[in-house]
Amino acid sequence: MCTSFMGQLLNGGHQFGTITLTSRTSLTAPTADSFKAALYLASATVNASTTAYSATNEVSGTGYTAGGVAVTMGTAPTATNSSATAGVAFVTPSASITYTTVTLATAFDAVLLYNSTQGNTAVSVHTFGSQTITAGTFTLTMPTNSTTLALLRLATT
Amino acid sequence: MITTTKGLMDESLLEKKEGFVDNNHEYTTWVEYWLAGELVHRSAHVALKSNVSSAAEAASFD
Repeated sequence: MCTSFMGQLLNGGHQFGTITLTSRTSLTAPTADSFKAALYLASATVNASTTAYSATNEVSGTGYTAGGVAVTMGTAPTATNSSATAGVAFVTPSASITYTTVTLATAFDAVLLYNSTQGNTAVSVHTFGSQTITAGTFTLTMPTNSTTLALLRLATT
Repeated sequence: MITTTKGLMDESLLEKKEGFVDNNHEYTTWVEYWLAGELVHRSAHVALKSNVSSAAEAASFD
């Protein structure tokens, strides 16, 4: 598979089938979508089968707004060949995801990244050890945006 | 000054506890502040190590 194709997938450059989309303003130079990050209780089931954001079993508490916070995607997806037959297309949020001055008393252990422009459709789920927050800040620091560490990767080997 | 359940408080008045978790998936640090046996502040910082990767394949015709 051509690595450039995988990069173009991350940028919405190919459409093999039909899909209902929210307008990206221009057909020839569409704007980027917006993404958000919502936290989920340890008792929730959010995984690869999750299709869209849902408030069910989302955390709640002082300072937390349902739906979570905006994710900053300041760096466009990158596609890099590692050989004649392999490559990686990848993208990582360009800033930490931070929930400032919140109280989340019930343990949570997952974050859902979703596309808030396109009907809140799910992108990825990331899990971590259970946490609670008391009048404090919860921060998710992103990995290095590289071929091996980027948060989201499409790869051929 | 520390944000607590009782408002902003001077750190010197509070008992501080810190810890971390380091495994294949994350490096997490947390800090707690206690006042007379009551948890009044807890923050956590999770650095994700593991990403989500999808394999892409194109079939051959042989």
